Amino acid sequence: MMQALASHSRRGLVIQAILLIVIAIFCVFPFYWMVTTSLKTQVVALESPPVWLFEPTFSNYTEVLLKDGVGRTLINSLIVAVSTTLLAVLLGLPAAFALARFEFRGKKDLWFWFITNRMVSPIVLALPFFLIVRKMGLMDTHIVLILIYLTFNLPIVIWICTDQFRSIPFDLDEAAMLDGASQWRIFRSICLPLAMPGVAVSSIFSFIFSWNELMFALILTRSNAKTAPAMAVSFMEGYILPYGKIMATSTLIVIPVIIFALIASKQLVRGLTMGAVK
Amino acid sequence: MRGKVRRKTIFTFLGPAIFALAAVGIGPLLYAVWTSLHYFNLTKLRQVEFIGMENYGTVLTDSVFWQAMGRTFTLLLIALPLQIMIGLGIALLLHKPGNTFLRTLTRLTLVLPMATTYAVVGLLGQVMFNIKYGVVNQFLGFVGIEAVNWIGDPDNAFIAVIFWDVWQWTPFVALVMLAGFTTIPVEIEEAARLETKSWWTVLRHVQLPFLIPGLTAVLILRTADTLKLFDMVFTMTRGGPGSATEFISLMIQRVGFRGFDQGMASAQAVILLIITIVLSQIYIKVFYKEIK
Repeated sequence: MMQALASHSRRGLVIQAILLIVIAIFCVFPFYWMVTTSLKTQVVALESPPVWLFEPTFSNYTEVLLKDGVGRTLINSLIVAVSTTLLAVLLGLPAAFALARFEFRGKKDLWFWFITNRMVSPIVLALPFFLIVRKMGLMDTHIVLILIYLTFNLPIVIWICTDQFRSIPFDLDEAAMLDGASQWRIFRSICLPLAMPGVAVSSIFSFIFSWNELMFALILTRSNAKTAPAMAVSFMEGYILPYGKIMATSTLIVIPVIIFALIASKQLVRGLTMGAVK
Repeated sequence: MRGKVRRKTIFTFLGPAIFALAAVGIGPLLYAVWTSLHYFNLTKLRQVEFIGMENYGTVLTDSVFWQAMGRTFTLLLIALPLQIMIGLGIALLLHKPGNTFLRTLTRLTLVLPMATTYAVVGLLGQVMFNIKYGVVNQFLGFVGIEAVNWIGDPDNAFIAVIFWDVWQWTPFVALVMLAGFTTIPVEIEEAARLETKSWWTVLRHVQLPFLIPGLTAVLILRTADTLKLFDMVFTMTRGGPGSATEFISLMIQRVGFRGFDQGMASAQAVILLIITIVLSQIYIKVFYKEIK
């Protein structure tokens, strides 16, 4: 049957293989360049045209981690991303359960409101948040980023987990209800354990989005709570940029994201289409 | 019996999330509206005064604002068709049987660009597109093209932004399209292939209807994301040279934080929000008609 496909010839296969390889190289090449540049000394990095073979050195890494304090900004990023993710899951799970299981007026509108937060440009919130935070003396603190990141993390958790709860058969709830279990009990003891895959996936997304965020961090932190992406940007001063250091910091930022993205690769596209598919 | 629950129970489940999102999402928004009705300059905080709709009047007639808006939609109108065309091509390639291992491998690498920190993509742009030390000009040199001033020239900087936008989001489009392909029943596709040898006919008449929901999603999300675009451009060009790559979110950030005019920036942000809402309403109306 497959042989009926005209394009399924040997030549077709070779062309397909070549194109696939080209696409894969195109996707990966910037990462290769990032890592190799991070292993170059400034002298090597400033060779023109760029060199491909050189003696790799870890001096950029030791310098950014030990002298420039990138380590602390990575820890800040970690604190913020983990805390906001936990908070989003804690707040979002009961809400998702309610949206999946209860019937009430305005449910559609509420769900829609949660989801449309995805569409709003962060600059719209960054302006007032800056003024409010400054007035409250909370500038440059973790808690501010943890809270404002909820604007994109809470919707993603609610969106994914609502779907997950819906996929759990309602018979289980009914059986428990006949035994006199309360909704909280049904939520905690029956549905939540079954919804764990959704919780895991939405946590991964929430972490990736928070870890990657730059604009809010740039505007709302200075030094104490500065996150790693904001730190990477602060290397961009002067005429000749410290390329090796910038790329070493970038590599350190990107590694955890890539690991998580590969773990959740099957669901990543789904997570990114939030708000646009039913 | 299903779903009948007391009001109080519903509220205990939903209350915290609603309260939290209102506190960080709606509260600040109302404050932005308040700011937009005032003269509010960060360097002259003693002179904050109510000026009604004056900021809005200024923004609506401000050519700089509309140029930034125009630039944003120009980017969308160039990048999105590229992403859809190339993405569709990649999806077709991945959908075609054969080379199972390579297809799995390529599908995995496609996940990487869209997860990459946007700020890092911009920094990579600085490194790879540098006129002297950049690898892009080295590649161009191999085929005999002279070094191009990417970041320093207005048109070229715009092209560099398009390049990274395409690099980062074409894989996303490809994977969305691929998901669409997998919803097509195998029998239908095979029957069509027996009828015609032209892949274009198959795509146009058999496969395309299954891709419409995915394409709509891509259209909505890419529009929203282009209006939000900030990190990658900020780290690569800071909106320059001049204002060549100053897209709408960058421009509002400049007015508010580098020009210190919070009142004006807030008015711009509110107008941007209104445009976003109107656009998504239009999209949703069209989209739901398609589905029904």
